[in-house]
Amino acid sequence: MGDQAVYALNDINLQIASGEYVSIMGPSGSGKSTLLNIIGLLDKPDSGRYELDGKLVTDLSETEQAKIRREQIGFVFQSFHLVPRLTAAENIELPLLLGGVSPEQRQIRVNNALNAFELKQRANHRPAELSGGQRQRVAIARATIMQPSVILADEPTGNLDHQIGAEVMSLLENLHHQGTTLIVVTHDRELGGRAHRQIGMRDGKILTDQFHDTH
Amino acid sequence: MTLTDTLHTSFKTVVSYRIRSLLIILAMALGVGAVVVLTALGDGARNYIINQFSSIGTNLLVVLPGRAETSGSFLGAVLGQTPRDLTLKDAQLLGRLPQVRRYAPLNVGAAELSAANRLREVTVLGSTADLIPIRHMQLALGNFLAHGGEHTAQIVLGAKIAQEFFPRSQAIGQRVRLGDSRFLVSGVLSSQGETMGFNTDEIVIIPIDYAQAMFNTTSLFRILIEAKSHSDIEPAKQAILASLRQSHDGEDDTTVITQDAILETFDRILQTLTLAVAGIAAISLIVAGILVMNVMLVAVTQRTAEIGLLKAIGATSGDIRRLFLAEALWLSLVGAVLGFLLGQLGSLLVRIAYPQLPAWAPVWASIAAIAVALFTGMLASMLPASKAARLDAVVALSKK
Ligand SMILES: Nc1ncnc2c1ncn2[C@@H]1O[C@H](COP(=O)(O)OP(=O)(O)OP(=O)(O)O)[C@@H](O)[C@H]1O
Ligand SMILES: [Mg+2]
Repeated sequence: MGDQAVYALNDINLQIASGEYVSIMGPSGSGKSTLLNIIGLLDKPDSGRYELDGKLVTDLSETEQAKIRREQIGFVFQSFHLVPRLTAAENIELPLLLGGVSPEQRQIRVNNALNAFELKQRANHRPAELSGGQRQRVAIARATIMQPSVILADEPTGNLDHQIGAEVMSLLENLHHQGTTLIVVTHDRELGGRAHRQIGMRDGKILTDQFHDTH
Repeated sequence: MTLTDTLHTSFKTVVSYRIRSLLIILAMALGVGAVVVLTALGDGARNYIINQFSSIGTNLLVVLPGRAETSGSFLGAVLGQTPRDLTLKDAQLLGRLPQVRRYAPLNVGAAELSAANRLREVTVLGSTADLIPIRHMQLALGNFLAHGGEHTAQIVLGAKIAQEFFPRSQAIGQRVRLGDSRFLVSGVLSSQGETMGFNTDEIVIIPIDYAQAMFNTTSLFRILIEAKSHSDIEPAKQAILASLRQSHDGEDDTTVITQDAILETFDRILQTLTLAVAGIAAISLIVAGILVMNVMLVAVTQRTAEIGLLKAIGATSGDIRRLFLAEALWLSLVGAVLGFLLGQLGSLLVRIAYPQLPAWAPVWASIAAIAVALFTGMLASMLPASKAARLDAVVALSKK
């Protein structure tokens, strides 16, 4: 087995404009998450170049990449990835804390986010006491608290039922309407179809790349 | 991430893993507490013995017959020599040395004391008036062998003896019989209790002449000498040895013990003992350090997904490392402070249980215990913290 190299991604050439709404679809193992992680600077390509905002970021130091993740990128995951011992408010606060924002500022911004995502009543609840939809709303609030220019969502509705999933998607789409670049990985054709640009992947390659005029 | 936020965040983490944190804090606290209590005990014992020893006199030298060195006495025994006795004349000679403030010859024996229809055996000291100041004794009543009165048949009673024989009446002026002679009670010692295993409450003191007559001897048991000052102790010792050598036909057949030298020896031995005990107790701190390391390693494994998340939302490796180090710092710090308080409480209980023992932990021991606890805690969490910092974000995020 092992002597044949496996390419999670191979021969990818992709340009995404600021403010676009892109969905990435494809079978399991096709490299969707890997692509998203490279866009989000969580993973490094073995070769190739990646420019963000016209700046080559592949060669930046670990600390500089962390700064970009903190300030320009917001991640939303299928399994929410909330810290179980922290309350909803504290989870939302985390990026501000890492960014060294003052406690007063943090409180104002967290409060605004709690209001915006209708989590005011749940501010002091831990993730275990929240429904799936509420958890993902907390995760989205956390992803947007630093006002990033790019939101990366990896199967954000994968753990939610259809109805709640649709609500979460519209929250993300709202962010896109406010100018944020939105990239969503999904298995769901219907949800994926809502994006203006749909990328189809297979075996680490981009098979299709279609623009739609929806709505 | 600011330092305050790092400390605050990790403090909250410590609080939320309550049982785990309590266990580590307890281990740390027991280690620090053990060091504090044991050094308190050790230092207390040292101070107790030093105090006892200092209380028997100031700048004290004791002259006794015979060579202390085994080789000397062995040689003496082989040659059939017995050490020459110390005599009252020797004592008077020594009293005239310039470094000597005062001296007291001493004879010790036992005799029957009878008075007021009572009879008991007592320890008899024969000496002169200067015994009282030299040995830091206190008179409760009357006076002791008034100067110039050395040749009158006076007797001073220990506090307990006086109480036993004359429970109701005034002891001063009473006549008592000691052995075959009659004595007039001239004073009563104040109660001092036991010092160095010698209870002055149950002795009687008579003039040296009477004691020598009673025990039928001309030789002295000891000569107690008080040097004029601390710096005179060593010259006095040399002068005494020289003087006795001369009067003993050039023979070095006496020994001079200085209180200072004995004090120093005790001090050194007990200090070493305290250090050794503290060192043994400190081993429990190392055990606590190993516990911290294991618990932090488990924490890194448990929180792998969380570490991945923190990296995804912009934490640097440094942030992660500092968060884990701060967590260990809190655990060690709280443990150390709690241990210090426990140790102080333990020392207090010891002092309540044994009021004679000044069981105060020395400051150096408390500081060292806390410092060692913090140091081991930090050292032990280095490895877990850097393991956490080095985690690959993608791999960590996929952990559940
Ligand atoms: N840590 C890893 N080490 C080695 N290979 C990996 C690793 N993670 C993923 N891969 C491989 O990379 C390829 C792409 O994986 P990726 O997770 O990007 O797929 P995906 O499209 O997100 O799949 P899914 O829809 O199941 O999430 C797969 O062949 C996978 O086996
Ligand atoms: Mg995936």
